[in-house]
Amino acid sequence: MRDIFIDTTAELLTENPRTALVLADISAAAFAPAAARHPDRVLNVGIREQLMVGVAGGLALTGLRPIVHSYAPFLIERAYEQLKLDLDHQAATAVLVSVGASYDRAAAGRTHLSPADVSLIDTLHGWTVHVPGHPAEVPALLRDAVAGDGSAYLRLSVLRNDRPRGGDGSLAVVRNAGPGAPLLVAVGPALDAALAAVADLPVTVAYTHRPRPFDTAGLRARAGTEVILVEPYLAGTSSRVVSAALVDRPHRLLALGVGRADLRRYGSPEDHNRWHGLDSAGLRRSVDAFLAGALLAAGR
Amino acid sequence: MMMTTANGTMPPVPGPVAGPLEQLRAGREFGANVYSTIDVLWVLYHRVLRITPETVDDPERDRFLLSKGHAVAGYYAVLAAKGFLRAGWLDDQGGPASRLGDHPDRTLVPGVEIGSGSLGHGLGLGVGTALGLRAQGLLTPRVYVLLGDAELDEGSNHEAIAYAGATGLGSLTAVVVDNHSATHGWPGGAAARFTVNGWTASTVDGHDHDALHTALTGQHQDRPHVVVAVVRTEE
Repeated sequence: MRDIFIDTTAELLTENPRTALVLADISAAAFAPAAARHPDRVLNVGIREQLMVGVAGGLALTGLRPIVHSYAPFLIERAYEQLKLDLDHQAATAVLVSVGASYDRAAAGRTHLSPADVSLIDTLHGWTVHVPGHPAEVPALLRDAVAGDGSAYLRLSVLRNDRPRGGDGSLAVVRNAGPGAPLLVAVGPALDAALAAVADLPVTVAYTHRPRPFDTAGLRARAGTEVILVEPYLAGTSSRVVSAALVDRPHRLLALGVGRADLRRYGSPEDHNRWHGLDSAGLRRSVDAFLAGALLAAGR
Repeated sequence: MMMTTANGTMPPVPGPVAGPLEQLRAGREFGANVYSTIDVLWVLYHRVLRITPETVDDPERDRFLLSKGHAVAGYYAVLAAKGFLRAGWLDDQGGPASRLGDHPDRTLVPGVEIGSGSLGHGLGLGVGTALGLRAQGLLTPRVYVLLGDAELDEGSNHEAIAYAGATGLGSLTAVVVDNHSATHGWPGGAAARFTVNGWTASTVDGHDHDALHTALTGQHQDRPHVVVAVVRTEE
């Protein structure tokens, strides 16, 4: 996903003189050709994330459309007050693009993990969040985000589904178990494991790569009594949105995702998926426990 | 006119600013820090900045970013004296229907370039503003950012100081109002934090209008410039 992001961003810089890119050393070498072509609009401030976002705010105030890129923990967590004040409070907007996701760099340890990034962005107002599930989803999402005028966050990952799914981020039914079936919503790269987990269960599976704004109309159209969220970042990040969308309906919600604890373990992203119960076996255990009563009661 | 505050007698407020400031004060007691910043604000708006109420949206205007947002009373008064604000807005600062808070909001006040209050944000925004102007071929406007010496405690400033110096961001001028209020001080002076990073610097009496004017217009074209406006400690 990072390679496609770099290529697409280089194209955008050439196509539109309003586009600018702000870096804090991360990916700077990969962007060197773009920087040579557009020295005034590819700006690497060094290892200075507060300045990276502050500069983006200033660029936006002059009418440019900044793309801001780093590892997720440095882009979102370290520079959170700059996101809140140098962008939002100034009524300035930018497109943030992270790599690293929750634990892409698992072997690097806690400092490079960022399961809370989407939750933090969710404390802000009016942001669009894209969590692509495949590299081929990235160019259209990035181009749409840059062409828009609001703030957006693209969360890139090395984890991916087998194939890309297009769409505008509305809930897309991947597997339909019929009216009233439990609805599982998988976000981005969580889809394939979720599909495998419920392959032999009467569960409808829907996909989105755009958790914000969450497709609440699509959710209401498809949700029965049981709703399952599978998110590749902090568990429960979208619970409030689902609860608010279904406030007038009796429903049960199972919100799966990354746990809050620092596991103090290295390994691979796949290892962390397993440890957080986000591999297909772990998801199946959680879904079985959640649905046990419901499926029995419904005679399914 | 001489101003009397809880901290003693302050230098006179520039004539056109006195009326708006008194209207804004509305019988309240202003801290000395309000008066310590008025002279440099007045020199900027009266003699340096190329901005008028008619050009607040002109891409070619100079930008003034008030980073120490609590220095807002003098800012509002100077903006009012220069016609950016309607006089009626000066009543009821901070009230429920007021556009004028205890920190400024750029979306509520014409001519205010940034909303500030939390310290250490203006210089980064100013660096980005200067870079954005340059990227669009707008080479005439200058970007001025006003900070306090205690505000320099915030590490974000030093990210901006180092980067602006290293890249020779010549359209940027920082103004540090130095009332020696940084808790642990700046041994060797505030200007040294800038000059070591390649900035040019002028340290002047913060109430001397001619000295301020000379310093504020004394920048080189290829290096960022800092003006340290020294005022008395109790200010």
